Amino acid sequence: MTETSCAHVSAKDTVAEFAGATKRFGAILAADRIDLSIRRGEFLSFLGPSGCGKTTALRMLAGFDGPSEGAILIDGQDVSAVPAHMRPVNMVFQHYALFPHMTVAQNVGYGLRQRRPRLSKSEIAQKTDKALATVRLAEFGTRRIWELSGGQQQRVALARAIINEPQILLLDEPMAALDAKLRGEMQRELLELQRSLNITFVLVTHDQEEALSMSDRICIMGKGRIIQVGSPQELYDRPRSRYVADFVGKANIVAGQIDGRQSGMAQAILGNGTTVILRDLPGDSRQTAEIAVRPEALSIVAQDLPLTEGIAAIPARVTHRTFLGDRIEYLLMADGVGQLQVNAPRQAGGALGEHKVGSLVHVLWPEGTGLVLADDT
Amino acid sequence: MRFYAAAVYAFLYMPIGIIALFSFSAGRSASSMQGFSLQWYGRALNNPFVMEALWTSVRVAFVSAILATVVGTAAALALTGMRGRLRATFDLLVQIAVMIPGIVIGIATLIALVSVFDLINPWLEPIAGWSLSLGAGSLIGAHGLFTMSLVVLLVRGRMETLDGALIEASRDLGATPFGTFRQVTLPQILPAILAGFLLAFTFSFDDFVIAFFVAGSETTLPIYIFSSIRRGVTPEINAIGTMIMIASLTLLIVAQLLLRRSQTRKRP
Repeated sequence: MTETSCAHVSAKDTVAEFAGATKRFGAILAADRIDLSIRRGEFLSFLGPSGCGKTTALRMLAGFDGPSEGAILIDGQDVSAVPAHMRPVNMVFQHYALFPHMTVAQNVGYGLRQRRPRLSKSEIAQKTDKALATVRLAEFGTRRIWELSGGQQQRVALARAIINEPQILLLDEPMAALDAKLRGEMQRELLELQRSLNITFVLVTHDQEEALSMSDRICIMGKGRIIQVGSPQELYDRPRSRYVADFVGKANIVAGQIDGRQSGMAQAILGNGTTVILRDLPGDSRQTAEIAVRPEALSIVAQDLPLTEGIAAIPARVTHRTFLGDRIEYLLMADGVGQLQVNAPRQAGGALGEHKVGSLVHVLWPEGTGLVLADDT
Repeated sequence: MRFYAAAVYAFLYMPIGIIALFSFSAGRSASSMQGFSLQWYGRALNNPFVMEALWTSVRVAFVSAILATVVGTAAALALTGMRGRLRATFDLLVQIAVMIPGIVIGIATLIALVSVFDLINPWLEPIAGWSLSLGAGSLIGAHGLFTMSLVVLLVRGRMETLDGALIEASRDLGATPFGTFRQVTLPQILPAILAGFLLAFTFSFDDFVIAFFVAGSETTLPIYIFSSIRRGVTPEINAIGTMIMIASLTLLIVAQLLLRRSQTRKRP
């Protein structure tokens, strides 16, 4: 989405909004002036470590916690004081929270049975069957909850949450209790479901891979605040701060003296005197700054090989080498710069381009790689 | 160690076992076994005084258990919604109430009731033409008060282990607060409520100490047994005791099963 269309997002495209939403629990500030518009039909993730406020944000949207200050809007209406049972949102809970005294079908139909005026029995049964079929559990309606596997329980929770056709489906770490293989499967199923239902999904997770692979947009949170919002690519390629660079993917973070800026690029001198050219932070004018560069953007050559003109080279020594099949992760120590990680894809020809622990190398930093980070506040 | 354990259990259960055994005696002595017969059971069940005392006991136990269950459950639900020091205080008071010796409760209840009656009766008598006195009513009140704390403890325990996410899930799916209580909370805590009712019933049915103080002219089964022992123990008493014990044990086992079921259901 380009800058101009962003500025013209109309109320119709916004399904929900946090307007300076703040939540205090006693002395603890769980959410601190959250401002965020959730676009209709998008898959948005709140990403952050535990205690960052992501769950509080979700619970304010669900109506379990009212904001201490600010407001929550759904469809343009202030719902801050509207209780959970009257909001057009539904939630998939972390441990599913299925009702153990009901069958699968009774769980799924629960939302329909709360409707007033009442729906007819046949209508409830028909919609329940449809929802169960959507999550591929058509034959499981009469089963008991404890007879199901973890993955099946999660699909029941999903069916139960979508049966009332909510404006927003909230997902509170729904994959946390599943094993890695099942998790990948569920993620794909969830994406397909979102596309076919055309419902806005809001996911809370601490798993950056999950957030990167599923989301249209990710909202990174820390200490109750929004740190950065953007598409997975934006966050990976242009993290604004060390916090984001660290949290999304791996990053080398080194100190640099900025000694020239021009048209979005900055020239920086590293601690060992090497000059690198990297993307600048718009509007920045600091002399010293932290610089982030991804391990896969760097490469390594032996020190006895001649260097190409115009490519910055940092002398370093290999301290660790981890073989990972498709790539090799090197940890290096560079005097004046610190520790660097370089991920080198394995080339055809095997051992030709590989380096032993202890060997002296040059870490190559291509022009335009890496970027200047803002100070963490 | 095994011998020691066996000795402890023998010491605990031998007297009870012997009473049960002697209740089948054919002779007239309550403390020796002479042949086998069921005659003392027949005598006990045909004794109009025994049957009347049994009926009083059942009536008192049933009504006081209902009272304790309703009030106790309501109190437990209210306590669960409370926070901080107030809740800790009430929890402690409930636990203390369970541990106070029956004789203290009996005397305290007696004094409290008599004082209240003395205060009210001079006003009540000229208006209503009757006055309050000790009897089945005071018995039900005293038992209900005491067993209420049993119900509170059981239902509170169940509420503590109840997954709060279930309540939130129900609200999230559009259920009103009362709808959530009826469809989720109540089914989840029902085994504990039933177990509380059975325990309250058993306690009231078995209680002698409190009943002795506040029963007035009413005779419950334990009071009847006590008074007939003073006239000499017959195998009939053994038979009555055995029957009471079996009835109580049955109720306690059912209560235990209900509680266990409610626990295994918690997290399938």
